[in-house]
Amino acid sequence: MTAMTTLHSSGELPLKTERDIVLGRQTVRRLSQEQGFSLVDQTKIVTAASELARNALIYGGGGVLIWEVLLDGIKRGLRLTFKDEGPGIPNLELALTDGWTSGHGLGLGLSGARRLVNEFELDSAVGQGTRVTVTRWK
Amino acid sequence: MKNTTISDAFGKRRADIQAIWTKQLTSAAGSAKGRLSSTELEQQARQFLELFHPAVQSNQLDDINGSEWLEVRAFLEDLSRRRVLAGFSSDETALFIFSLKRVLFDILKDESAGDAMQMADHFWQMNVLLDKLGLHTVKSYQRTREEVINRQQHELLELSTPVVKLWDGILALPMIGTLDSARTQVVMESLLQKIVETESQIAIIDITGVPTVDTLVAQHLIKTVTALRLMGADCIISGVRPQIAQTIVHLGVDLHGVTTKANLADALALALKRSGIAFTKK
Repeated sequence: MTAMTTLHSSGELPLKTERDIVLGRQTVRRLSQEQGFSLVDQTKIVTAASELARNALIYGGGGVLIWEVLLDGIKRGLRLTFKDEGPGIPNLELALTDGWTSGHGLGLGLSGARRLVNEFELDSAVGQGTRVTVTRWK
Repeated sequence: MKNTTISDAFGKRRADIQAIWTKQLTSAAGSAKGRLSSTELEQQARQFLELFHPAVQSNQLDDINGSEWLEVRAFLEDLSRRRVLAGFSSDETALFIFSLKRVLFDILKDESAGDAMQMADHFWQMNVLLDKLGLHTVKSYQRTREEVINRQQHELLELSTPVVKLWDGILALPMIGTLDSARTQVVMESLLQKIVETESQIAIIDITGVPTVDTLVAQHLIKTVTALRLMGADCIISGVRPQIAQTIVHLGVDLHGVTTKANLADALALALKRSGIAFTKK
């Protein structure tokens, strides 16, 4: 992110139930459509949002999704932050390894989401929670 | 005995109350797109007052949960239910009770004969009472709405999983919408059941109508394919659109060993070929 980047609009959604994941996906799809993302880019950011929202709900015990529409010159972007106050991730490197899971999934959610976006940031402290920030530019 | 006077005033002026209230309800209903005829409104107002009067006479004005108010509560619950089904909003429904305030306050004002203290007292009692009845109406409205939504959810769950037979031994399952765990469970069960019933060899799962394929959806699909294989059937996944294909690649989901096709027609052609069925142009 450069110094030129400005915030156009933002909002927050709860992630407390399965239905919130659906609502989150729909919101991200609408936002990416409004920014004129191509169908492939829309699908990528929506899928990443779906993975991270589910992580926040299942592993983090629920949290929030903060969305921001960014402007950088003529570039438009969508930044999503997923925050939970769950148990946190003890080993970030391991968590980002393909196929590793602490639950029952495929172990591709976090690493896959990273490959679906342009910028990926992961902060986690054991016992305090996890924050994942992803950005996709048009 | 203050309450006796409310009850007295009510008894004395009941005909007036009914007439004015009915008029108010009818004029308000005029704006409510005529979903209720004035005859129906008049009937509802009369029925309500018939039940409300003895309840007021019982002098239990602070607690509408008692047996004195049982019939009034039941009437309001029934009214709410009918209004939900008729498509009324919650405020339109609650207005039935709240519109009675103006009417009763006017009557109490007339009947208090200038005794301000008594009038204030009566106003307060009546206000609290009507608020409680109004809230009860809204609560019933809400409950009925939730029942309707729950029923629809169940219906949707059933409806959204049709397994169709395309050919002898070939089944198709067109999936539409969000594949959350509850639905996928139903889908998988009905598909496996249908495979047994129809003794089919090939199942085509079409995901054209699934907007997002993330790792959870992919995992559900892989599990379904594995279960079908264990039953001796083959599975083809169709409707993999370009954007979905790219996303699956980035996610790193391994679909090796799962036959996939871009559309249902290709999948059917492949299924027919595998079944040894060929068509020729006449």
